[in-house]
Amino acid sequence: MSVINVDKDFDALTITLTAEFDAPVERVWQLWEDPRQLERWWGPPSHPATMEQFDLTPGGRVTYFMTGPDGEKYHGWWQVESIDPPNSIEFTDGFADDEGKPNEDRPVSKARVELSDLDGRTRMVLRSVSASREQMEELVAMGAAEGREQAVGQRDALLRD
Amino acid sequence: MVVDQATDESVDSVFQALADPTRRDILRRCGPAQPSVSRLAAAYPMSFAAVQKHVVVLERAGLVTKERRGREQLVRTDPDAVRGARQAIDDLEATWRGRVDRMTDVLAGSDDPTKKEANEGDT
Repeated sequence: MSVINVDKDFDALTITLTAEFDAPVERVWQLWEDPRQLERWWGPPSHPATMEQFDLTPGGRVTYFMTGPDGEKYHGWWQVESIDPPNSIEFTDGFADDEGKPNEDRPVSKARVELSDLDGRTRMVLRSVSASREQMEELVAMGAAEGREQAVGQRDALLRD
Repeated sequence: MVVDQATDESVDSVFQALADPTRRDILRRCGPAQPSVSRLAAAYPMSFAAVQKHVVVLERAGLVTKERRGREQLVRTDPDAVRGARQAIDDLEATWRGRVDRMTDVLAGSDDPTKKEANEGDT
């Protein structure tokens, strides 16, 4: 089991995930540093990622898109806040429009990744802060809308009986 | 997206309400059973007033509703409101669990798409 612990903090809208890998720190770092390797895990199998601009330096930008099963493209970006190879990287992750330009209306999240050596293996601690209150609002509104639909569905079912 | 001030504040209050373990426990207890505030208060090692205060926070956040029945006030959790609020954090967790699984596969050299199983969360 790679993921050994997940802490969810509903107050700070943060998850802290701890994982361990059977590989040295330098090898795990390559998964982040090498765009071709990052592409193999960033998106889910149904939506593989393609990295475009890839500048992992402080203030640097990464742009990428994920391609869905019907060929639809979802563009995203990172802004690198800090980086200390091969031990840590901190970045903001957001959505972009079709030209890869950051979409200010969509949610952003911040992630901090730390790798440390465990006798030749690697521990990765990832702290991800979910976005803005705007994203929360969107999700709460969606949840509420979904709830209303379900309630209507249930009422319809009752009326049919 | 237009952010309505009132909604924005209500979202804040939802997360503030969920941040406290006693309040999360109250949400779990106040399902269909709809305990009264006094019965609820008996379940915690704290004063009636303290429990009452937690219920008020939850009520303001729209996570529970209170209903007066005779001398008692019955408390009921609104499951849709709770679900919506937890969704974002749960989504984030599912995303990163999926990524860690795939990182493990890449390290093991077993991420060939032709052999891959779906491993993105539980979707």
